[in-house]
Amino acid sequence: MTVLAAFVPTPEGEAAFAAGLEEAARRGEDLLLLNSPRGGAPVSADAAPPELVEQLSKRAQAAGVRLDVRQDAHSGDLADEVVRVAEQSDASVIVIGLRRRSPVGKLLMGSTAQRILLDADRPVLAVKPHKGAS
Amino acid sequence: MDLAPILNGFAVVLEPTNLLYCFLGVVIGMLIGVLPGLGPAATIAVLLPLTFGLEPVTAIIMLAGIFYGAQYGGTITSVLLRLPGEASSVVTVFDGYALAAKGKAGTALGIAAIGSFVGGTVSIVALSLVAPLVAGFALDFGPPEYTALALLGILLVSTVSSGDRVKAVIAAAVGLLLAVVGRDSFTGAERFTFGNLDLADGLDFVPIAMGLFGLGEILYNLEERHRAAQAPSKVANVWPSREDLRQSSGAIGRGSVIGFVLGLLPGGGAVLSSLAAYAIEKRRSKTPERFGKGAVEGVAAPETANNAAATSSFIPLLSLGIPANATMAVIFGALLIQGVTPGPQLVSQEPELFWGVVNSMYIGNILLLILSIPLVGVFVRILRVRATILAPITVLITLVGVYTVRNSVFDIFLVIVFGALGYLMKKLGFDPGPLVLAFVLGALLENNLRRSLLLFDGDPAGFLTRPISGTLFFVFLLVALLPLIQSLVNRRRAARRDAHRDTKELV
Repeated sequence: MTVLAAFVPTPEGEAAFAAGLEEAARRGEDLLLLNSPRGGAPVSADAAPPELVEQLSKRAQAAGVRLDVRQDAHSGDLADEVVRVAEQSDASVIVIGLRRRSPVGKLLMGSTAQRILLDADRPVLAVKPHKGAS
Repeated sequence: MDLAPILNGFAVVLEPTNLLYCFLGVVIGMLIGVLPGLGPAATIAVLLPLTFGLEPVTAIIMLAGIFYGAQYGGTITSVLLRLPGEASSVVTVFDGYALAAKGKAGTALGIAAIGSFVGGTVSIVALSLVAPLVAGFALDFGPPEYTALALLGILLVSTVSSGDRVKAVIAAAVGLLLAVVGRDSFTGAERFTFGNLDLADGLDFVPIAMGLFGLGEILYNLEERHRAAQAPSKVANVWPSREDLRQSSGAIGRGSVIGFVLGLLPGGGAVLSSLAAYAIEKRRSKTPERFGKGAVEGVAAPETANNAAATSSFIPLLSLGIPANATMAVIFGALLIQGVTPGPQLVSQEPELFWGVVNSMYIGNILLLILSIPLVGVFVRILRVRATILAPITVLITLVGVYTVRNSVFDIFLVIVFGALGYLMKKLGFDPGPLVLAFVLGALLENNLRRSLLLFDGDPAGFLTRPISGTLFFVFLLVALLPLIQSLVNRRRAARRDAHRDTKELV
């Protein structure tokens, strides 16, 4: 069993990583960090640069948690990818970061977090970034 | 040498419209240089219809800008992302990315920009001196000489080009076959038209280029969808140190010469020259082990060479009317659309066009030097556009564009057919370049061959009685038989080595 945290290099992603790390340490499980940029373009702002990945692994090491980072690109909806990876790795909990999105924005863009909450067949831990963390 | 037409050329370039299109051309060139997959040949092919309403000078200034601008742009992704945007920047990846990994991405980009500028400028000066001379010499060329030149060009393109030689020859043969479709210009007999009226006038160059280069490449690029995306990187400290400049000055000098010479050769061009410049720099270096681990020379040499070659490959086109590579073939097509036949008469009959285009390259290179470094961030951001958005837009522009050239729906179908052909060719490892070049040169070859045979009363031995065409045919035979001789020599050498080994074993 592992803890799956969905990660993007933003305050929300950082909050998800921190919560995932805590959760993995508490449960005594491994942490699987899913950082999946959308495929089709050579460069994506959602991909974590190598320095950041290194820094995250150091933090996991300090917390005594084994960290596995996956950075494969996905096609289609990110929510499907998260749920798929969760099932594949038989995650005990999915950790996601929430951002603020207005009702109109949600109507237009949809909400990845909402889809993960509805579609996942396992516990989902949703966290928010600290105020002023941005 | 008469200086007045050259100065007049500068007056042409400095007209606001021409300056604007020169600027547009180099910016578009840099953009597509950054985007992997879409090459300068493809972009120029896709934008051909756009030049329709322009003055010939303005159109060619813009298209030329796209070509040499792409050589600048390709460097950026090679250095920052280990992702060559252009085939001619493939070797830059080795040392450029190694430098970027050391935190010296700015140095690599700065050196590449300076090298490109020097290489380009040296090549333009040489072009201004050599092209009129060659054109003056070529004014005496008759049909037999052109026949020999076209044959030699097709042969060189299919043998010198990188890649499989047999496949290149096959592609060139298909190109020649396509060139004979339509009504025979001497007898009026219909060939390969299958009774179709649209084919009676022959295949037009524009749909073929747009299909093979434009649509074909887009289809091919859509395939490799799931490449891992990388995080955007930042560039700091662009100015190379004096130490770096001193270290790479030799490489820039040699790169300029290599690029200029190889750019002249048919089938040579930017790709080959960057490979050659890198190899020579590595061989000459006292510390070859530094190459691949972040040697500045390894960035300077290929980047200088590809720009020098991009410029010098205009010489055969503008002075002889023979395109040296695929991109030049497309520009040849653009000139034909404009009603200008490139050839030795161009310098004397259209001095404004000739010198306008040549001198625009000075301005273009200066623009590129100024633009390339500050805009790196913008260009890297463009890489975030997904192929699923970019491809449909490009296809739409291609299809609408080809329709506007002749208002013919048949041409749209031609583009789709040649797009499918281009896709299959790329998929099976055939380079579409030789096909397009052979198609362009095929018409030239046929006309001149028929004319010379009329001249010689049908006696092919006549080609050998004229000094220039005789020499060219001799070179043709030499190039054609070179692989055969090489393999013979290799076999004999191998046999001798075997014999040697046998005697050794006996002792």
